[in-house]
Amino acid sequence: MTKIIDQKQNFLKGIIKENPVFVMLLGMCPTLGVTSSALNGLGMGIATLFVLLMSNIVVSLIKTQIPNKVRIPAYIIIIASFVTIVEMVLEAFIPFLYEQLGIFIPLIVVNCLILGRSESFASKNNLLSSIIDALGMGLGFVFALTALGATREILGSGSIFEMKFISEDANTFILFILPPGAFIALAYLSVIFNKISIKKLS
Amino acid sequence: MPKKESTFINMVLTLTIITIIAGFSLGFVDDLTKGPKAKARLERKINALQLVLPKFDNNPVTEKKLIKSDQVKDSIEIYTAFFNNEYVGSAIVSSSNNGFSGLIKIMVGFNPKGEIQNIVVLEQKETPGLGTKMKDEKFIQQFREKDPASFNLKVEKDGGDVDAITGATITSRAFGEATQLASDEFNKNK
Repeated sequence: MTKIIDQKQNFLKGIIKENPVFVMLLGMCPTLGVTSSALNGLGMGIATLFVLLMSNIVVSLIKTQIPNKVRIPAYIIIIASFVTIVEMVLEAFIPFLYEQLGIFIPLIVVNCLILGRSESFASKNNLLSSIIDALGMGLGFVFALTALGATREILGSGSIFEMKFISEDANTFILFILPPGAFIALAYLSVIFNKISIKKLS
Repeated sequence: MPKKESTFINMVLTLTIITIIAGFSLGFVDDLTKGPKAKARLERKINALQLVLPKFDNNPVTEKKLIKSDQVKDSIEIYTAFFNNEYVGSAIVSSSNNGFSGLIKIMVGFNPKGEIQNIVVLEQKETPGLGTKMKDEKFIQQFREKDPASFNLKVEKDGGDVDAITGATITSRAFGEATQLASDEFNKNK
């Protein structure tokens, strides 16, 4: 357990090499569901980042206290508690965002990105590495969701962050804000992302 | 530190302790956010009331009337507004479950003549960029100063007078339905 981790690499891997959405294709449910606008993507990304960070911290701290056979239920309870806390805090203090994301917040619980990081990283590494891992992965997720949301919003509604840049009556690709558009946009963005990142790495 | 072994007693103890801690922290946060949550909800309601009603000086929230209806799950809420003790209008919270993604909840303000003053959307889950256009001025303005007795609240496709949102006929239909329900309740409870 004493292997030394390059923290810079540890942070960057979540954003580029192991980007949860474009490379590992994790957490597809919120990715496809909420990204009909850039703002929704950003909000969902930040909420997930927070839950991921908190659960990674807690799991990393108590990892030796959890018997192996019950580790998954234990992680799920921890994650679900933080999700519920996020939901209550959002409703109380940022009602605007709560209205937008309301039904998707409970879905963070089953976002396999969070459970995946708890299981494969935080339960095996120390606190600092886990925090940095969560920040990298979380930011990678925020970036991916915002990019996907922005693409769909630009093509589908002709606006970005709710600022319209075409006339009210202009025709847009409505397909892109409907569910099939999510799949199409995600596929093309993944191709572009991987093309660029592979070129950079080699 | 070595990992705890997966004996029966260890597993039961660990899960019990984790759930207890989780339960207590949730209770604590719930207590903490209860006040602000209620406040945020009330503020939203008062904002909506100010948007749909003419100027009023009473507190319609305290004079709320609830009416049960088989058409909607939640009861319909009626708020009456007075200015200098004179009746200036009512706001009715009504809803329809036939939106593209389920519930649409709106507040409709009527003046004493029974004309629609304004409509505010309170809750909706419609497709962003399509169904959500029902909040836009372009859609709402056609309802203003219309009396539902003479203005048919069905969409043009169904033989009504409502100019539906392009690509969101289902949303427009549900919106009209909720408005109709509000108008019916208004007339019943004058």
